[in-house]
Amino acid sequence: MLDGNAAAGLLEELFGRDMTMSLSHCAHCGNQGALATSHAYVQAPGFILRCAICEAVMLRIVSTPDAYFVDARGMTNLRIPRYTA
Amino acid sequence: MAGAAVSGRLGGAPRQGAACPLVWQLATVTAIRPETPTVKTFTLTLPDWMPHRAGQHYDVRLTAPDGYQAQRSYSVASEPERTGEIDLTVERLEDGEVSTYLHDVLVPGDLVELRGPVGGYFVWEPGMGGPLLLVAGGSGVVPLMAMLRHRAARGARVPVRLLYSVRSPEQTIYAEELGHLDKTDPLLDVVYTYTRSQPKGWGGYARRIDRRMLDEVLATLDQMPLAYVCGPTLMVERTAEELVATGIPADRIRTERFGPTG
Repeated sequence: MLDGNAAAGLLEELFGRDMTMSLSHCAHCGNQGALATSHAYVQAPGFILRCAICEAVMLRIVSTPDAYFVDARGMTNLRIPRYTA
Repeated sequence: MAGAAVSGRLGGAPRQGAACPLVWQLATVTAIRPETPTVKTFTLTLPDWMPHRAGQHYDVRLTAPDGYQAQRSYSVASEPERTGEIDLTVERLEDGEVSTYLHDVLVPGDLVELRGPVGGYFVWEPGMGGPLLLVAGGSGVVPLMAMLRHRAARGARVPVRLLYSVRSPEQTIYAEELGHLDKTDPLLDVVYTYTRSQPKGWGGYARRIDRRMLDEVLATLDQMPLAYVCGPTLMVERTAEELVATGIPADRIRTERFGPTG
């Protein structure tokens, strides 16, 4: 199993900046943690990030030739720092 | 053989102009060096090289003739002071789609499609200070090695302890270089724990990382460290939990886990 560090490239592709330092709030258990620390599952037909504490799915990203499908129902919010080095 | 690695798999022209970590580029394999029986270091020359932060990784993508793609992330092992090229150290996983290709097929002169550097969490720069507690499990030592090489290249006087859990001396990556650093840098100590087999007369650790081991290593640092833990999931989780239990604030502990995705 991997963690959110492995999603850095894909997330930067979507958001245009590093997102691994962003804090996600799990909609299921309320845990807040850097996206880098979430659990990553990359072998599904898409990219899945799960909460490191309760394992609930927080983020699903599926890339197709003409679009990205992003399902972020599993997080109540994402705190993106204004500054990243 | 050269060039075969990417034949027929490019969707668009190679990028031109300013370096951008998100654009896929074609790197040339310039050297392949065995580190252990199952680990090799690939030196890659990049047309659009840009400096990385120690601990960052590159995404490597392989494309089959039918369009099927497999992508993996590999940590940069080299220091950013080495311009124009990077080292990726890769462990061969028996069922791996990408690592087996890199190990068994790739030869110098071949091209590899990659993008990076990416990642902003598991990184260290001298400005972040220290002391550093680096904890590695197996090939988890790779991004930590980039930090050690960066620190050495910058002449940063940050005390470091590297606790490296590895099955046996034969499976130790960078053994020679780490031995040299350990001997010549008074601020740096490398502590091994050999979990499967130990050299004759070994008086050091011979078990998985545990609380007592961490306490003993931490006792050699006189300030609260910045901790970086990289290795297999279970090792990373246990180590991070134990480090929190020793009183290190969670925000001074950074983790990177990997599992067998190959």
